[in-house]
Order: sequence, then structure tokens, then C-alpha cells
Amino acid sequence: MMPEELTELAHKEQTDAQQWQHQIHVCTATGCLSAQSDQVYTALTREVRDRGMDKTCRVKGVGCLGLCSAGPLVQVNPAGTLYQHVQVDDVPELVQSLKHSPVERLVCSTDIPFFQQQVKIVLANAGNIDPERIEEYLAVDGYQGLLQAVTEMTPSEVISEVIHSGLRGRGGAGYPTGLKWTTVAKADSHQKYVICNADEGDPGAFMDRNILESDPHCIIEGMAIAGYAVGATQGYIYVRSEYPLAIKRLRNALRRAERLGVIGNNIFESAFRFQIDVRLGAGAFVCGEETALIASIEGRRGNPRPRPPYPAEAGLWGQPTLINNVETLANIPAILRNGGGWFATIGSSQSTGTKVFALTGKVNHGGLIEVPMGMSLRSIVFDIGGGIPNELAFKAMQTGGPSGGCIPETHLDMPTEYETLNQIGSIMGSGGIIIMDETSSMVDVARFYMEFCQDESCGKCVPCRVGTAQLATLLTKIAEGMATPEDLILLEELCDVVKHTSLCGLGQSAPNPVLSTLRFFRHEYLAHIRQ
Amino acid sequence: MKTDIARIPPPSDDKRWRIIDTTMRRYGYDSHCLIETLHSVQEAFGSLDDQAMHYISATLGVPLSQIYGVATFYHLFTLKPREAHHTCVICVGTSCHIKGGATILSAIEKTFRVKAGQTTADGTLYLQTARCLGSCGLAPVVVLNEETLSKANQNNVIQRIQEIIRHDA
Ligand SMILES: Cc1cc2nc3c(=O)[nH]c(=O)nc-3n(C[C@H](O)[C@H](O)[C@H](O)COP(=O)(O)O)c2cc1C
Repeated sequence: MMPEELTELAHKEQTDAQQWQHQIHVCTATGCLSAQSDQVYTALTREVRDRGMDKTCRVKGVGCLGLCSAGPLVQVNPAGTLYQHVQVDDVPELVQSLKHSPVERLVCSTDIPFFQQQVKIVLANAGNIDPERIEEYLAVDGYQGLLQAVTEMTPSEVISEVIHSGLRGRGGAGYPTGLKWTTVAKADSHQKYVICNADEGDPGAFMDRNILESDPHCIIEGMAIAGYAVGATQGYIYVRSEYPLAIKRLRNALRRAERLGVIGNNIFESAFRFQIDVRLGAGAFVCGEETALIASIEGRRGNPRPRPPYPAEAGLWGQPTLINNVETLANIPAILRNGGGWFATIGSSQSTGTKVFALTGKVNHGGLIEVPMGMSLRSIVFDIGGGIPNELAFKAMQTGGPSGGCIPETHLDMPTEYETLNQIGSIMGSGGIIIMDETSSMVDVARFYMEFCQDESCGKCVPCRVGTAQLATLLTKIAEGMATPEDLILLEELCDVVKHTSLCGLGQSAPNPVLSTLRFFRHEYLAHIRQ
Repeated sequence: MKTDIARIPPPSDDKRWRIIDTTMRRYGYDSHCLIETLHSVQEAFGSLDDQAMHYISATLGVPLSQIYGVATFYHLFTLKPREAHHTCVICVGTSCHIKGGATILSAIEKTFRVKAGQTTADGTLYLQTARCLGSCGLAPVVVLNEETLSKANQNNVIQRIQEIIRHDA
């Protein structure tokens, strides 16, 4: 594919899009689909056709529109009217209204902080483009970042841009992305790999799934740019098999990208070649851990191994391997198009850019959000989330899933940054945020996560295999009011052992939910203890 | 590509073995494609039985013990078929848990006298829990056969199951 062709195709699509008087966007990401948005989509398509409006009005399936708790969501453009809880019965009225004024009873105001305070880089295209058509991605400058990298920049210039952006890994730990790319680029080997980690096993997290469902090409572009920068020719996307729609859209996108020649051999008439294959997980949380993930791609049990050597030195089949999270890679095209300096102006100094969160639990406006780093936790809960329903009081905010902690009201004014969250015993994590109100029991939450870790422990190292089971037993004993004060001491000691002696991140972080609830909600534990 | 292993014929003339063969061929019969192959067996046959594992072992040149190790490691794979007329999956992810998923689960366990991961004695209902179905915005979520019930509560789920079972009778 020639560079000019890319621009031409993009231009054609932009012109074509202008012919429509109305474009009705129906959310067809998993959230709204489970509220039967597919039926709404079919009904809208039929209604528009039956009324003979299909020359001026297009009904389009798009990715996530964000406010999942109000699904199915439908947006009418260019007016931008957002409709919530749309049912098949509402369709005739909705189509009829195109000629008049909006259907008031279904309108979801976009004037609320939920929409106004978000900043979208990763989700810029979600809800706007049809994820199944590569042309629409091209029309929003898709693959321009790759074009620029391959035709105008050297690999080290690409890496400098990423370093300059300050981007840090969105998979949980926040390792500087530019530094990781540098290590892989420097490794001396004729074969290197790029892996996109789309295992997203954290219960309550669906950021990566929605990115893949809403804008699969940005991941492909991000991976290809990464491949160019570090000198890899083969990429793998490891997706959990529980995400059938994401897998389908990803495979479709890969085929389109190959056909167009934006991946494959001689990309943009250069010597650079890059190929991507999809690998499916099979339901194991631990396979999100990078060394376990690599073992799984190699067709083995997903057992982690000690690091070093890090995958950047010896990863897939012993070769230098760059492994990045979906959201990390989704930021790359925009960084290339707009420059690392631009990215660094967003967010805070140590945590640049934005973060996508799956905001759920006892909150009025739940869904998929993207906010600038540094926004206060309070804003996320009370502005974006619109506070707690049923006039109940806020109790805690859980971040980082089974590896994270529960943050109480007193710490809500802290900025959302990697370091600050670590200070209060939680982690940024991959982006699941669960809000709990006064009716939630913190002991129950701690037990919930411990049972999860016990179930998901791969069994290779003793502290994790036996420790999580013992911790879960102790927590059950406490929850059921059968524990003594000595049990609480034992619980804390055991947390310490598991945290410091487990082989991988799963065991090392499994005690976090217990430790953080003990730190901030100790009285709840004490209330359960027999004196 | 492996060339040193003689191809053995599939265990039976069931046409589904062709799907399995296609998967292995696509990856050049490389042992790395073990998980992909197990996926296609699970999808085509519903479980991984001894016969299937022996066949894959011989074809890919992977020891049976290793296949068994992989098959039992991953939650998705099952060695025995799950035979039930209807499947009810209760999401027990964090959001659903906070919003009452556990209550729904125990109500169903009680009403239909079945435990999660098991099938009722009469074989009508298989009850399963899921880690997270990712529809957290609509929690709690229950999937009945192909139908997703969002913002579910114990009454409407039980009622729906009873309807479905009654429909069969
Ligand atoms: C138990 C465990 C589970 C993990 N799960 C995921 C996951 O689902 N997705 C992910 O991107 N990273 C996950 N990670 C982190 C990865 O090991 C790795 O750090 C990450 O993919 C690196 O990408 P990044 O630098 O872009 O964040 C997990 C780590 C541990 C210890």
C-alpha cells in the first residue's frame, strides 16, 4: 500500500459520511448487547428502510458509548442527542422524531459531569466509528501514526517520542513504556516479538474488552508501531476466550488490515514487515501475568516463572519480547500523531495522559470512563459517577481488583496517580473501580477477593497455594463470627508471609484487599470477633 | 513444521475430527498449538475425553501427561461433558457480588436443589458461576441459556427458570 492511497481512502470516507442527514449510532458493545441493543439495531434499520429514509439516514453499530448502566444507548448525529434505555417499542417514535424534535422521555442529558469531565484519547473513536469497517478508522486519521513512524522516523526516534510522552504501562504496575521499549530494542537478536496483553481477568474490569470491541484497529496500529520501534516482525494478541465479540472484531480487523497492507510485508513500501496472530486464553486469571501468558502462548500450563530474566530479555521462545497492555498500546497511535510533548501536557507530571476506568458498583452513573490522570478520586465518584444511589452513604472505593485495596472517604481528595494510590495501600491496577455504599461489608469484600485468588492460584509456589487457602478460611471464620482475637493476629502474620514470599504478582498482591480493609475498616473486623 | 511423525487416523469417522485436523494443520502440527487444538475439541465435542487426548498426543507428539496437565489447568476445558437441558450462569464478579449476585445464587441453589457447578438430579438445569461477564454496568447479571437477564433479582430469575422448565414439560 502506498502512503497516498491511505490519505485517499480516508478522504473518500470523510466525503461519503457527509452525505447523511442523520446517523443513528447504536451501541453494540457487550454491555448494551446484554440489554438487547442488537434487537434495537435491527428494528431501527428496518424502520428507516420502511419509511424510505435509508438514503438520508444511516443506522450504524458502534462501540461503547460509555454510560453502560443506561443501556441500550442510541445516539443521533450530527445533533448528538443521546437516548437511554431504548427498547424495540420506542423505535418508530424515535425514527419519526428525526423530522421534528427529540423524544424527550428517552433523552439522556449529555450536560452532566459524566460526559463533560471526561477526556478521550483511548476512547476517542469508541461510539463514533463502526469497529467493523477499517475505512471509518482511516477517516479519523487511523494508521497515520504508523505511516509517520515507518516513512519519516527511525525506530529510536519513535522510542524517544514514547519516552517523551511519559506513558506508563496501563496493565497495572505502571512501568514506563519508553524504557521497556528501549530494553527490547537494545536486545541483540534476529527474532523479537510484541505481545498485546488482553487477558483482562480482573473481575469488574472491562476496559480492554471495550477498547477491542469499539476500536480494534488502534491496537493493531499500536502494535505495528511498537514492532517497528523495537525491531520485531511478529506480534501476538492474547485475548481471554470469555470475550467472543472482542475476538470476532479483532480477527475481522486483522483481515481488513492485512488486505489493505497496513500490516504484512513491505508496509508503506518500506522494508518493514509485521504480522499479528491472535491467541486465546482458556480461563485462567494468572495468565495475565506476563511470564504465565508467555507459557500459555507456547501451549503450556500458565505457570509463572521467576524474573529476571524479564521478557524484554528472554520472553516468548526465549527471545526478547515486548509485552504491553491493550490500553497502553491504544495510546501509541495518538502519541505518534500528536507528539509525546502533547501527551505529557495531559494528566499530572508523574502520571501523564488519561486512564480508562470501568466504574461500577453502587454508583448512579456506571460505565466506561476516561479521565485525565490526577483527577481526584472524589470527582470520579461524585461528579463523573454522580454519587451513590438511594441516598446511602459512600463507604469505599475499590481499585486494582484482587491485587488492590479499598479506599475510604477520608482519602478521596487524593489525585489519581500511580504513586498516591500505592501510598494508601491500593494500586492503580488495570482500571476496575467498584464503589461500595454503607451496606457493603468490608470483611465480605476481603473474603470475596481472597476466594478469587485461592481459586486462581496456579499452585506452583507454596505461599500462594496454601497461604491464600488459609487466609480464605480465616476470613470466612471472621465473617461468620467464629473467630477469636488470635485469629486476627494470625491473619495479619499470614498476609505478611504470602506478600513477601510468593513467586509472582498474584500471590504477592493477594493480601492487599485484606491489608487495606484492615487498615481503614478494622472496626468491622473487630465487630465480628468473639471477645 | 513437523515431518517426522507419521499421521495417524482420527479415532472415528465423525466429521468433527476434520475441524480438529484443520486446526493442527494450520499450525504445522507444532506442539505450540496444543491449547488452540484443545479449544477446537472443546468447541466441537463439548469436552476433552481420553480418546481426543490420545489422538492429539500422537498427532502433535506431546506426551499425554502434558496434555492432561494443560487440560486440567485451564477452567474452560472440561474432561466430562456437561449434559443438561438448560444452563444458568450467575455472574459472581465484583459488581454483581456487591449488587446481590450471591443472594441470587443461593436462592437458586435452594429453590432448584442444586449446587453451583452441578446439574439438578433430573438433568434439567446446570448451574454455573462466572467470574465476570463484563456487563458490570447492568449488574447483577444472569445468563439463562442464550438469554441475558440484566439488573436481575432472585424472583425474576427463579420465575424465568420455572417458565423455561415448564415450557419443556
Ligand atoms: C496475577 C496477575 C495478573 C495480571 N493480569 C493482567 C491483565 O489481565 N492484563 C494486563 O495487561 N496485565 C496484567 N498483569 C500485568 C502483566 O504482568 C504485565 O505487567 C503487563 O501486561 C505489562 O504491560 P504494561 O507495561 O503495558 O502495563 C497481571 C499481573 C499479574 C501478577
